[in-house]
Amino acid sequence: MSFKIKVGMASCGLAAGAGKVYTEIEEYLKKNKIDASVHKTGCIGMCFAEPIIEIVPESGESITYGRVTPEKVEELITAFQNGTPEKENVILAENQKASENENLNKQTRIVLRNTGKINPESIEDYLKENGYKAAEKALRKMSPQEIIAEMKESGLRGRGGAGFPTGLKWEFANKAKSDKKYIVCNADEGDPGAFMDRSVLEGDPHSVIEGMIIGAFAIGADEGYIYCRAEYPLAIKHLEKAITDAEEKGFLGNKIFGTDFNFKLHIKKGAGAFVCGEETALMASIEGKRGMPRIRPPFPAQSGLWGKPTNINNVETFANVPWIIFHGAKEYAKYGTEKSKGTKVFALAGKIKKSGLIEVPMGMTLREVIYDVGGGMKTDKPFKGVQLGGPSGGCIPASLLDTKVDYDSINKTGAIMGSGGMVVMDTGTCMVDVAKFFLNFTQNESCGKCTFCRVGTKRMLEILTRITEGKGEMEDLDRLEKLATNIIKGSLCGLGQTAPNPVLTTLKYFRDEYIAHIKDKKCPAGVCTALIKFEIIEEKCVGCTVCARKCPVQAIDGKVKQPHVINQDKCIKCGICYDSCKFDAIIKE
Amino acid sequence: MIEHKKEVDEIINKYIGQKGNLIPLLQEVQQKEKYLSKETMRYIAEKTKISIADIYGVATFYTMFRLKPQGEHIIRVCKGTACHVSGANSILDAIKQELNLKGDEDTTSDMLFTIMEVACLGCCSLAPVIMVDDNTFGKLTPDSVRKIIKQIK
Ligand SMILES: Cc1cc2nc3c(=O)[nH]c(=O)nc-3n(C[C@H](O)[C@H](O)[C@H](O)COP(=O)(O)O)c2cc1C
Repeated sequence: MSFKIKVGMASCGLAAGAGKVYTEIEEYLKKNKIDASVHKTGCIGMCFAEPIIEIVPESGESITYGRVTPEKVEELITAFQNGTPEKENVILAENQKASENENLNKQTRIVLRNTGKINPESIEDYLKENGYKAAEKALRKMSPQEIIAEMKESGLRGRGGAGFPTGLKWEFANKAKSDKKYIVCNADEGDPGAFMDRSVLEGDPHSVIEGMIIGAFAIGADEGYIYCRAEYPLAIKHLEKAITDAEEKGFLGNKIFGTDFNFKLHIKKGAGAFVCGEETALMASIEGKRGMPRIRPPFPAQSGLWGKPTNINNVETFANVPWIIFHGAKEYAKYGTEKSKGTKVFALAGKIKKSGLIEVPMGMTLREVIYDVGGGMKTDKPFKGVQLGGPSGGCIPASLLDTKVDYDSINKTGAIMGSGGMVVMDTGTCMVDVAKFFLNFTQNESCGKCTFCRVGTKRMLEILTRITEGKGEMEDLDRLEKLATNIIKGSLCGLGQTAPNPVLTTLKYFRDEYIAHIKDKKCPAGVCTALIKFEIIEEKCVGCTVCARKCPVQAIDGKVKQPHVINQDKCIKCGICYDSCKFDAIIKE
Repeated sequence: MIEHKKEVDEIINKYIGQKGNLIPLLQEVQQKEKYLSKETMRYIAEKTKISIADIYGVATFYTMFRLKPQGEHIIRVCKGTACHVSGANSILDAIKQELNLKGDEDTTSDMLFTIMEVACLGCCSLAPVIMVDDNTFGKLTPDSVRKIIKQIK
């Protein structure tokens, strides 16, 4: 019986050890002369179960295994060959019970239609999944106007954060008159806690390229750029290969599909600046300058790269396009809500059981996303809040878990849909600390052009820092709100305009926690180090010396079999002793 | 001193005259030279006729460019949201202690390690995460990260 083995080799799989598993499978098959082949694929999205392999027989049912180690390879393959597949590590299977079948059934995979299924480095694999058929249809059988009409009808809104209707954006760029136009793909994905775009680029780069070809034809551009952050080396590698292969097949270059349409595509590597995700800053960066945003208008559709009309879309936006053209706008618009059509990819992370990448129809509630698809909380600590939209977004509390995931409902909470990062927090997370974390980020990443963003965020950060140190006063809360309002009003680009959101939403939903820091000098979550103290309960300590040995600063004294004490002056409050004590003899207060 | 003058010349010749060439040019030069010294930047300015102010402006704007020599191994400590709520600070403290780095110091005196804080490595499900050169390590604890560093030493 011949079969195929696919190994998930995206960044998270590799970090979990997929490379070693791949080599082991390759060697095992060769050594034992087994009639099977091993293939690389992208991310199936179940990062919590990496490394993941799928065994695909020529006919019959394929089975996916999770948490595979090199040591398990032999056992898994032998059991499969004997027709009695191993049961313990199964996570996905078509005709039998498997732990993650439900997880996948609740999802609707349009953007992620190929990731984790095909080999991203093989254009042939992509072609087998109807790849480049949409581009062929668009270029040969549709006019730019028809494509734009189709995009408008689909209701697709930009997935880069702001949710601007894609068809409308293309129409503006199409109408601009110029001898030269550009199309740009924003793959800067700077939001901490977000990795949707990375997974798409690593797992299905051709879908983005095909979307760009269709977009370029619709607006009349003959040159394009993919601006990808340099922190994604694997995505860049797969893109480079994909572009070369597409050029060879004639999908990029001159006279594409025998038409008069020419299109050249380049990759530009970012150099580490969050603000370069903003479209005007991104264009400045492509031009080789400091990535500073500028006033709009003129919008990129009138004057963008090197002064020419330019259309910018996000990775996920482009990945939707071939599906829409191939299956039709009506089919796409069946998914989602009235004003937010289609699906959205989310990166689930934080204190959630099944962290990873998921794609669900718009309009699902946060509760369903977190508990049904994401499997609920990782530990026994209860849910406290979920952070959406990264540094521009906000924290949504448990009382609003039934909020629908669509642009307008999320905006009503004060958070934003953002690009799709969803970080789940439990009662062990301090919301003041989270607000401080994001402000520290935006304050660092502010390009410095607008005074309110440059200085205002710094002042807010100082106030938050003093609150977390127990030195805040109640008036600080008003100061924070006032500064926030002014920063929103006084900033040119989205970075400043949204920077206060994490503070404003936590003030709105978790005000008690701020007050506890200020009035009681307590951090209820036990996170802010200046407000916590570790102590050993004499009666419970058996003198096992584990804590003293683990303490990185030798702050714990005591003899064997005698109660130990923590030297508070030396203690750096890292909590290692607390975590390592087997007798619950150390308390945190 | 420019260590790899020949290669730097080749890189300059490759990009000279192309629009929007400055960032990739500096990226490649840094890859060879490990960092951008004043001398290197002056040399590039002279050759490309791009003003030294523009070059310095770009080099200081983007976090990727290093203006100081860096250690043989680069340790990138992820400070993304998921890592932050999973204890990234204690990981950073443990690394700094293990390497004897105080305050704002980022490079060990023997030039073996440089640590950098990065916004997000995109491996959120493995938080907290660090990257040592090209290898990613996840689900770390202060203890396990110490062991990793000891091994590399
Ligand atoms: C500070 C800032 C950072 C941004 N970062 C990104 C990003 O990383 N990726 C992205 O696609 N859009 C980002 N955007 C949004 C872009 O400016 C732009 O709206 C988007 O690329 C448009 O694509 P879309 O219409 O397909 O959503 C950012 C905006 C701001 C203000």
